[in-house]
Amino acid sequence: MAAAKNSTRRRFLADTARLACGAGMLGLGLGLFARQAKALPPLALRPPGALPEADFLGACVRCGLCVRDCPPQILGLARPESPVAVGTPYFTARTGPCEMCDDIPCVKACPTGALDHGLTDIGQARMGLAVLIDHETCLNFQGLRCDVCYRVCPAIDKAITLELLPNTRTGRHALFLPTVHSDACTGCGKCEKSCVLDEAAIRVLPVKLAKGAIGQHYRLGWEEQKKAGHSLIDEKSMVDLPDRLPEGTRLPGHFDPGSGPAVPSAPPGMPGTVAGPVPSAPPGLGGGK
Amino acid sequence: MSPARPVGAEALAAKGWLRAQRWLILRRLSQFGILALFLAGPLAGLWIVKGNLNYSLTLGVLPLTDPFVALQSLLAGHIPETLGLTGAAIVAAFYALVGGRAYCAWVCPVNLVTDAADRLRDRLGIKGSVHFPRASRYWIFAAALLVSLITGVTAWELVNPVSLLHRGLLFGLGAAWMAVLAVFLFDLLVMRRGWCGHLCPVGACYSLLGRWSPLRVSAAKRVACDDCMDCFEICPEPHVIRPALKGEGVGPVILASECTNCGRCIDVCSKDVFVFGSRFNNPVSAPPSRPDSLAGETH
Repeated sequence: MAAAKNSTRRRFLADTARLACGAGMLGLGLGLFARQAKALPPLALRPPGALPEADFLGACVRCGLCVRDCPPQILGLARPESPVAVGTPYFTARTGPCEMCDDIPCVKACPTGALDHGLTDIGQARMGLAVLIDHETCLNFQGLRCDVCYRVCPAIDKAITLELLPNTRTGRHALFLPTVHSDACTGCGKCEKSCVLDEAAIRVLPVKLAKGAIGQHYRLGWEEQKKAGHSLIDEKSMVDLPDRLPEGTRLPGHFDPGSGPAVPSAPPGMPGTVAGPVPSAPPGLGGGK
Repeated sequence: MSPARPVGAEALAAKGWLRAQRWLILRRLSQFGILALFLAGPLAGLWIVKGNLNYSLTLGVLPLTDPFVALQSLLAGHIPETLGLTGAAIVAAFYALVGGRAYCAWVCPVNLVTDAADRLRDRLGIKGSVHFPRASRYWIFAAALLVSLITGVTAWELVNPVSLLHRGLLFGLGAAWMAVLAVFLFDLLVMRRGWCGHLCPVGACYSLLGRWSPLRVSAAKRVACDDCMDCFEICPEPHVIRPALKGEGVGPVILASECTNCGRCIDVCSKDVFVFGSRFNNPVSAPPSRPDSLAGETH
């Protein structure tokens, strides 16, 4: 009797150990898979208001309500073979960008808050950040007036502006460089969708991938000066070091007191005696007004 | 194992075609009906139900959330919005009443797959079976919750064949058919009633939910049992029947929460031993009379 009880107990323990081991192995595999699933491919964009990816994968229940309520039907749920965590919603800017509906129906439909219900102004959405990623093929960089990305941008002149540079190839024209501003870009992807090249030169990337971050300790002198209303250092006792120019270079009118009095007797107001922009620089490069 | 005559032949003869598969027919109607409600939106533009089995919104007012997904999400560190939470509460309350695993038998689309595998397995006479304890599902359930807690990802949703299939039917199947085929082949070739009966943690979650459900199958007329064994043959969780049908000193109600309330035992019993009833109507009756061949076989 005791032996029978013993063997029952032994079998129970063995069974439990087996189950625990099996479940442990499965859990380990699942855990590793889950960690891998957190890597969202750069070209897959989450709907507006999506929580940061790590939080999103814990919050989204893969119901597809956002997909159903998206008026232009640009959202899809990831299939097992796609590189996005299976069942989660995403869109691809190049094939179907976000139309930025004013009432943001996708966010309203989300039952879990994986799409943050605090987002009520679509202009505040940050689905990604557009980056003019290839200067070598962008037509505007060649001096042409394509401007398509700039013109389709829902936040035209805020999220994308055209910055002027002289066109040194022709010597008489300007380059109109599409320039993205992260404070206004929602990452909707319209620019990428409409780029006329075979492969888009402007692409929406995850903000983390697209944006640099200045060191916390770093201060820009001129901004601090503006904030304080005066220079933060004693300008008078500042030592001006000589400007380093290539050997033999001479910039007419270049002001460089650090290299010694170049024009010692020049009266005040003459070129070379006051700090200022290089006189020969064209407007748009810091010259002129 | 399998009797010389097909399971349910006596019931068919005694009760007629319809009564011998009434619950099966109702169950298929329920499974396909629910699927049709979901499919009416994407296929016909008739948006009665939006979403899928993880979360759905019916007629714009009734939220339904899968409690297992909600639980994983909570453990992953995220509290759903009101709709999501309300939906989980409604579903939990419903299955606490009708028997948690009624979800498995009456709603889940994978049941259609595994039932087909089981039927084919019988037809082909495939015998061999790997053995996993039926408790495996609870361990997998616990492991999925633990992984969700640690990784912050709703872990089981990365692999869950139930949502892969259901979501696939509504939003595009993609490679999800491979997961479904794997479940089918597993049940067909590797293990009898393997997936739904032993491994699936979704079923485990619903089983726990229906632990004290009032609606149960009862072997009310167990004295009439003629030991044809058809109920054991047809039941996807045969271990739940024995205490109720043959147990001494216990009532006739099937109390095990792993019973899926599928009602197949009611169908295949030619003696009408089983009925749907209440768990509270469970008088401890005298042990049913048994032929000598079975004496002493129960615990």
